[in-house]
Amino acid sequence: MSQITSASLDADLRALLADVLGLTAARVAGFTEQTPLFGALPELDSMAVAGLFTALEDRFGFILEEDEIDGDLLETYGALHAFVARKLGHA
Amino acid sequence: MARSMPSWRASWAMPETGPLPLRWPCPGSGADGEWALAVPHGGALRLLIVPPLFDEMNRTRHMLVALMRHLGVAGHAVMLPDLPGCGESVQQFAAQSLNAWRAAMAAAAQAFGATHVLSLRGGALVAPSNLPGWALEPLGGDAVLRPLLRAAALNLRATGKQANSAALLEQGRQHGLTLAGYSCGAALIAGLHGAQPAGEGQRAIALADLNAAEPAPWLRQEPAPAPALAQALAARIVMDARA
Repeated sequence: MSQITSASLDADLRALLADVLGLTAARVAGFTEQTPLFGALPELDSMAVAGLFTALEDRFGFILEEDEIDGDLLETYGALHAFVARKLGHA
Repeated sequence: MARSMPSWRASWAMPETGPLPLRWPCPGSGADGEWALAVPHGGALRLLIVPPLFDEMNRTRHMLVALMRHLGVAGHAVMLPDLPGCGESVQQFAAQSLNAWRAAMAAAAQAFGATHVLSLRGGALVAPSNLPGWALEPLGGDAVLRPLLRAAALNLRATGKQANSAALLEQGRQHGLTLAGYSCGAALIAGLHGAQPAGEGQRAIALADLNAAEPAPWLRQEPAPAPALAQALAARIVMDARA
């Protein structure tokens, strides 16, 4: 896996959300830190959340611990971004 | 009435190389057997496709049928059976196990006279291990179970109950468990736990090797066609089979 920089992380994360949830590029490009995800996107039910966690592990090469598997992690785009950056040691 | 043929007739007729429904004898399915989609007549390559497990099967269906069309046009025979308990199968999902699916796929391969097998993802766990062929992004059983157990745990926690994947796995191994709407018997969950693909003569293909600029259809929560992947996979199979 190539080194993921902070700059590319944001783009990678948006692309992954678009791919997994079938959202348009324009829609994910419009996400801000405060954009709510879990509970706000009809695409994101519990099975999709679990699928998204799996896709995150595949893409970024980390393993999520049991106590990290939580809908809160997906409350907003900013929360998800901060979590992935932390897992990758960027923050 | 000598009128011109109504235009809908054109879409009625399947092209000769297009996939058609076909019955095959499946253990436990009675005298009528099970349905498969197949391009039954073809050249040297007679390919059995073993689909992914659970929802990934549905998410890849469109891509697999497109793959069958490409291979049919190239003169090859292809069969895409439903796993027992899935799709149009007459069997109960709750009665299934990896062993039952293995026996079914072996029977399908024999009935079709398959020379090669292509399995996808968790399908690699039940593909006939004696046939040469390919495994696209093969998965172990634990990787199949992980997202299903996590979704079940999230659902329980959303209703205020304590739940974790390890406890749910243990419960499933003992008593069976409904995962993502699939009523899984204890045998299926116990069998998946720790299972590894066993295809000896099969080459693992990574999605990245195919250079198809599309997201993996099995990861998409909203299914969508993957025409570039279908084409690249067909080209890879035809090229390898010639070599």
